[in-house]
Amino acid sequence: MRVRGASLWSLAQLFTSALLVAFLLLPIVGLVATLSWEELIGGLRNPLLIPALRLSLITTASSLSIVVILGTLLAWRIARVPGRISRWMEAIAQVPAVIPPAVAGVGLLLAFGRRGLFGAWLSAHGLGLSFTTPAVVMAEAFVSAPFFVQAAIASFRRVDENLLVVASTLGASPFRVFLRVAVPLSAPGLIGGAAMSWARSLGEFGATLLFAGNLTGRTQTLPLAVYTAMESDLRGAQALSLVMVAVAFAVLLLLRRFAPGAPAAAMQVDRA
Amino acid sequence: MLELRVARKVGRIDLRVDFSVGRETVLIAGPNGAGKTSLLRLLLGVVEPESGRIALDGRLLFDAEARVDVPVEQRRLGYLPQDYALFPHLDVLQNVTFGLLALGRTERVRRATGWLERLGAAQLSRRSPGELSGGERQRVALARALAREPQALLLDEPFASLDAVARRDLRAALRGWLAEWQLPALIVSHDAADAVLGDRIFVLEAGRVIQRGTIDELRRAPASDFVAELFAATEPRAP
Repeated sequence: MRVRGASLWSLAQLFTSALLVAFLLLPIVGLVATLSWEELIGGLRNPLLIPALRLSLITTASSLSIVVILGTLLAWRIARVPGRISRWMEAIAQVPAVIPPAVAGVGLLLAFGRRGLFGAWLSAHGLGLSFTTPAVVMAEAFVSAPFFVQAAIASFRRVDENLLVVASTLGASPFRVFLRVAVPLSAPGLIGGAAMSWARSLGEFGATLLFAGNLTGRTQTLPLAVYTAMESDLRGAQALSLVMVAVAFAVLLLLRRFAPGAPAAAMQVDRA
Repeated sequence: MLELRVARKVGRIDLRVDFSVGRETVLIAGPNGAGKTSLLRLLLGVVEPESGRIALDGRLLFDAEARVDVPVEQRRLGYLPQDYALFPHLDVLQNVTFGLLALGRTERVRRATGWLERLGAAQLSRRSPGELSGGERQRVALARALAREPQALLLDEPFASLDAVARRDLRAALRGWLAEWQLPALIVSHDAADAVLGDRIFVLEAGRVIQRGTIDELRRAPASDFVAELFAATEPRAP
């Protein structure tokens, strides 16, 4: 009986696992398999592609730089200075990951939009943000920051405290301890977190649409171009989608090549 | 001379100690949870005492009343934690030069190599810490601490992570080195065999030094069961 029970269990497990994997895989297969070469080439000629690709690369590179630089410093503080302020900072840094992107867009608009909290002040200083390229960067940074910050906190917490103490006793200033000991030792986690964060901002749609709009060449990133193309040209949208998939895969492969531990380290967010 | 009079509650231990260490080696012995490692952390400046005063060769490191609290990196204390804490992303030579930033590059390497040679670890300089045995790690960690010419040396359970043979060899070697260097040295240990390293032994229990003296004095009149048991198994120290 036990053997039969066990084999039933493993069969059920195999079946449900296969079901989920198939469900996760089929949309990708659909994207690739239902498009002929001619249709792909035709779709790649879509006038929305080049401006959107260019804008996506520029804005995600900008948002990633902001998130990595500020996020690393924030994560280091949270990991090293225990206390209520750090706990609050950590909780707040997680909020964008759980609120819907559309809500994030409304929030950004109400904070930095023309009639938002700081909008009037910003406009008065010639810094009107909504519906501009910087607004795209802000939307991407907002939604993607939690992914990096969480991974960075987790990897900083895994650094052996003795190494930091010893570095200090060897005369290293707190900044040098951070730069020469903590950052190199956390590098796999930081790189993995940066990759997750970048992927999130490449795919960012809702907050961008509401806060930055959908203006070709200025605020229309690849996901928005896919959405726009869908209205008139399904194959065009499909070709644009494939470009995004290709870009994302290229980054993942590069990461595996140059930072083998990084994707795994980024997934260990909750362990710390 | 290292002078220390500090008090601080650390978890459940109410640590209150008052002693001074000249150019000698003092073994801080005590059961687990007596506050030995906390004591080192107070000295290092990682944890701030609630009250008291710490001075090293007349230089004030901490004074609660005068509001002096010299940061860790300026205390000039050499520190070896239990696992030696070699930087895993740097090779042996880079580990030893880490603390020599103030020197020029050539001088840095010369000084580091000199210390590695003195500790019998020169052949390891291009190796990664992950490839070293426990004993080799300890030699490298000592070289790294001493290359900065610290004014005192703090060792936390220096032999805990070594096997019996390496432990015996290194204990003998360390005894010789300490005699040569003439630095105030504090060695934290709960292993009676380490007693041979100390010119004096301070017994720490529940945050207080309950007895201090040479190994023979402690063996003759142990102040607690812990002390009696600790030295029951050891041989009288050779004259």
